Amino acid sequence: MIELGTHTKSRRDILDKVERISEVDVFSCYQCGRCSGDCPSINLMDILPNQAIRLLQLGEVELVLASKTIWICASCFTCTSRCPKGIDIARVLEALRQVCLRKNIDELDLNNIPEEERERYPTIAWVSALRKLSG
Amino acid sequence: MKSFAYYPGCTMKTTGKAFEQSAFAIAKVLDIQMREIERWNCCGTVFSLTIDDTMHHMATIRNLVRVEAMGESEVLTLCSMCYNTLKRANEFISSDPVRLSELNDFMYKEDLKYSGHVQVRHLLEVLRDDVGWDALKAKVTNPLEGVKVASYYGCALVRPEGAGVDSLEDPTVMEDLVSSLGAEPVQWQSRLECCGSYHTIGHKELVFERTERIVSEALKAGADVIILSCPLCEFNVGSRQPEVAEHVYGFKQIPVLYFTQLMGLALGIDPKELGMDDEAILKLIREKVEV
Ligand code: SF4
Ligand code: SF4
Repeated sequence: MIELGTHTKSRRDILDKVERISEVDVFSCYQCGRCSGDCPSINLMDILPNQAIRLLQLGEVELVLASKTIWICASCFTCTSRCPKGIDIARVLEALRQVCLRKNIDELDLNNIPEEERERYPTIAWVSALRKLSG
Repeated sequence: MKSFAYYPGCTMKTTGKAFEQSAFAIAKVLDIQMREIERWNCCGTVFSLTIDDTMHHMATIRNLVRVEAMGESEVLTLCSMCYNTLKRANEFISSDPVRLSELNDFMYKEDLKYSGHVQVRHLLEVLRDDVGWDALKAKVTNPLEGVKVASYYGCALVRPEGAGVDSLEDPTVMEDLVSSLGAEPVQWQSRLECCGSYHTIGHKELVFERTERIVSEALKAGADVIILSCPLCEFNVGSRQPEVAEHVYGFKQIPVLYFTQLMGLALGIDPKELGMDDEAILKLIREKVEV
């Protein structure tokens, strides 16, 4: 069983950084679930956007950083636009991606894209995928 | 004649050629001059969301320096993602003198310093605010009567607050455009939903699911055609349809056009000049209107 809710120094440091570079106070979330209800990508996520925020509140930074969720979010800003507390969830998820990418942990491995598919993708897809998913 | 610096963006020269071609064709009819920026570079396609990432805005802002070097004060974009990225980076950098001077220091090899005063406009805004729907109606020679059109906004044209061409949750600019062309805008569910964007590369199953939903909703609302304003949406919602049909039993396809192509048909422009070689789309529209 995972024990939740321990705020060690290193966890606190990462959380501070996420809050600083996203300019979001994750503790203002009151867990209404609206963000997850409207997110179009939840089918491929392992934790819901509101759960990601809750886990951050509890200090479970590693769980969130290791989730699929932060990479599946495509910054569509639906959650951001509708959060009744004005929380920019898309920015929090970007900050979490940045924490990984700045350590050179890439999500997109071009070797996994079949050669015959590579040629047909529009430039705009390449540029945005590489900017979002690699450092 | 209204003149703009024109920012194409990377995809207008490749898979989005038809968008650019049709935009130039309708601009000519509407007396809008689009002067392509010299030595433009990719805007980065996505606005960097972290606040300590000034470097990532440099490529974007460099284009605006070149707009000023042309003596223009407004830059026109076609692609929703370019629009969103240019507009937000411009706002982010120009609203803070420290960031602006930091970025200008990075770009010391440019002839000019960026003043922070360029305005980023999307063609849809220009049609609504500068041309006006009445003036557009007056130019329509082939009213698209009976053609039912689903306007697809996706994300970048409307979100987040303040970055869009229109209201966040209830935009009407595309529907108003459709009405001005004599066609019928349909009311439908998925017009503001994300197409899956760049996940088309690593997670195409996500895009298939999205396209299936978007297309089915448009058909359910009785649409004959979907119009949109982004070459990545076009790839996902348009070009990917045959693959979705292979994966989803009973999936029905629908033609997808750039809004400028639909406009061109109503303005009496030869479909070849609109980059429309897709016979299926033309046949469908010809059944309703003589093009
Ligand atoms: S919508 Fe906002 S307040 Fe509600 S759960 Fe999501 S982040 Fe928290
Ligand atoms: S921005 Fe990300 S988390 Fe928010 S609704 Fe869109 S995909 Fe979901």
